[in-house]
Amino acid sequence: MALLLKSARCIDPSVGLDRVTDLLIRDGRIVEVAEGIQLNKGVEIDCTGLIAVPGLVDLHVHLREPGQEHKEDIASAGRAAAKGGFTAMCAMPNTVPTTDTGSRVKAVLARASEVTRTRVHVAGALTAGLKGEALSEMGDMRAHGAVAFTDDGRGVQDSGMMRRAMDYAKQFGLPVLAHCQDESLSGEGVVNEGAVSTRLGLAGYPACAEELHIARDIALCELTGCALHVQHVSSARGVALVRAAKDAGLPVTCEVTPHHLFLCEDDIDDTYPTSLKMSPPLRTREDRDALQKALLDGAIDCVATDHAPHAPHEKALEFELAPNGTTGLETALGLVYTALVATGRAELALLVERMAHAPRRILGLDPVSLAVGSVADLTVIDPALHWTVEASDFESKARNSAFVGRQLVGRARHVLVDGYATLENGKAVPC
Amino acid sequence: MGALSCRHVLSMSDLSVDDIDLVLETATPFKEVNERAIKKTPTLRGLTVVNFFLEASTRTRTSFEIAAKRLSADAINFGGSASATAKGESLVDTAQTLDAMNCDLVVIRHRYAGSPFILTQNMRAHVINGGDGKHQHPTQALLDLYTIRERFGAVKGLRVGVVGDIAHSRVCGSLVWGLTALGAQVVLVAPPTLLPACPKLLACPATPGEPETAPVTVSSRLDDVLPELDVVYMLRIQMERIEQAPFPSLREYAQLFGINRRRLAAMKPEAIIMHPGPVNRGVELTSDAVDTARNLLLYQVNAGVAVRMALMYLLLGGEDDGFAS
Repeated sequence: MALLLKSARCIDPSVGLDRVTDLLIRDGRIVEVAEGIQLNKGVEIDCTGLIAVPGLVDLHVHLREPGQEHKEDIASAGRAAAKGGFTAMCAMPNTVPTTDTGSRVKAVLARASEVTRTRVHVAGALTAGLKGEALSEMGDMRAHGAVAFTDDGRGVQDSGMMRRAMDYAKQFGLPVLAHCQDESLSGEGVVNEGAVSTRLGLAGYPACAEELHIARDIALCELTGCALHVQHVSSARGVALVRAAKDAGLPVTCEVTPHHLFLCEDDIDDTYPTSLKMSPPLRTREDRDALQKALLDGAIDCVATDHAPHAPHEKALEFELAPNGTTGLETALGLVYTALVATGRAELALLVERMAHAPRRILGLDPVSLAVGSVADLTVIDPALHWTVEASDFESKARNSAFVGRQLVGRARHVLVDGYATLENGKAVPC
Repeated sequence: MGALSCRHVLSMSDLSVDDIDLVLETATPFKEVNERAIKKTPTLRGLTVVNFFLEASTRTRTSFEIAAKRLSADAINFGGSASATAKGESLVDTAQTLDAMNCDLVVIRHRYAGSPFILTQNMRAHVINGGDGKHQHPTQALLDLYTIRERFGAVKGLRVGVVGDIAHSRVCGSLVWGLTALGAQVVLVAPPTLLPACPKLLACPATPGEPETAPVTVSSRLDDVLPELDVVYMLRIQMERIEQAPFPSLREYAQLFGINRRRLAAMKPEAIIMHPGPVNRGVELTSDAVDTARNLLLYQVNAGVAVRMALMYLLLGGEDDGFAS
């Protein structure tokens, strides 16, 4: 079946495209990019005033299935991704049970193919059971489709173990996604160590607990040659370490979350908002500003949401008892668009690079572009839509967004995966 | 009689300087009530005060209980060491349960910072923070301010040293705010391992337009600051709340930061010692220092009942007076 996107502003820096044109899609592929295409038979979508870009990818998502389907499942996360403008996402392995064998990778991928059109990729555990003690069966997981390895959520405490894991992972050509946290320094910390920990009487998690492991893992990257992707970098010095590693020519990349980009520790007031409890924690205003700058100048490769859904009763606890994380799939695009594009600080091409191309490159996925022959994974954005983040509006099962109440501009209108709509006119399409 | 500007007292920052003055002034007649043979007023008759203590406490709970009973409120103790949360009930649900029983005032003590706020969102009662984690313990600060004011006439201009475990102390969180709000100069004396990340933020920030409050200073050398101090406030070393030993031994801690006979002699003649109790004898204070007349610990305990009566009265009673008749 043919699908014609009419008069969209098509932006794809990978093929040097930025003009208003028509896009013709047939059998899941882009077959023509030209003005004035006439369609005899098929569906035509008027995209006047809208922006078409290669489909966005979130390479850091917690699907919660299997094992914690009360928080989220693959189907609801798939709808949330579509609503947020994402065509693909990469699942972290800290499910119940842990995704640490080939058969479990296979099971997640099989389930995903049944319940969602949003592309689901799987990161397998770096160590068995995420315990940081023994290698996982990376070869078997690779054979069953894993695209990366990570102990996300905890991080490998023992440096020798991390070296062994990176050494071993290297042969498969897949990146190691590193959750950087030296637990001997972060201790019981639940907020950034500094003003907020003092003010609220909460144990602090200093940025250096994260930075030390970033520095360690960069050194191990140099020693082993294994590609390293630093997850959710949260501090200015953390970024500086990654920047220096890149300058030295090492295969190091990093991501930043929308919450570290657009919130800081000062937002945690004396109401102890557990929606702002994260790991790593929100850092200082200066850190936040440095992260924004680094995203713009390229020291940070991509935006990843660390989408961490929780049930309402799980977050409605004493701050120290509440679980970490915020949802992110449905707000990331609007946040980045509002703060960086609508303000003129970044071109749309940069958003496409940081939210579509870079994540695919990091995970070694097939590239997607707005060129003839490319698979038709694309996101159509309404850049003029003003909206307010409301918990009742989420496709995700969870409500724990750190951004509820925030006024944004820019939102996904249509999302296509393989030429099929997963979002139509702002509504998620049931699978 | 005025009224407080707040509905709940979760943190010293809820109280303006006028509020603090009002509480301390209101405490004095209650202190007199406590000296009578019949230590009871009908002020809060028919009202229900719940002492909701989810963390072991004897002194503070008893003080609140006595205060409520002397005001003729029905004082109920809820919790104890076997908490509802231990049975898997969330604080939100426990608060709603208490609310359904129509309590008028709840005093909460809990090991997690910010928990009193959760109560205010889930019940209609007034809430007093009886100590939340490492955050705040406002009634302790109020009774300390009362004791200091009773001894010196005013708090303004005094030099107060707060010595010991600043990092893990909710007492300190409230006291330093209160002292600086009333114009005292505070020096925090502790090993760096027992200081919070930003100790100066414990102070009450200056009101815009008002002259700046005296800054909080920090020292690790008790002997250097001791001769200047009017008040030496010794914090309890709370073994149970310290994860990793922040000093090599109690012996070394006592040598560096304890008050002993030698240090007693180095103090100003009129200087006083205070302690929130219970004392670790031989650690913060040697027996010489505990038993000296300059140690006002028992005055603090005594003032505690009156200050808590005053706070309950102001939150619950307000205008319809009758206690001092």
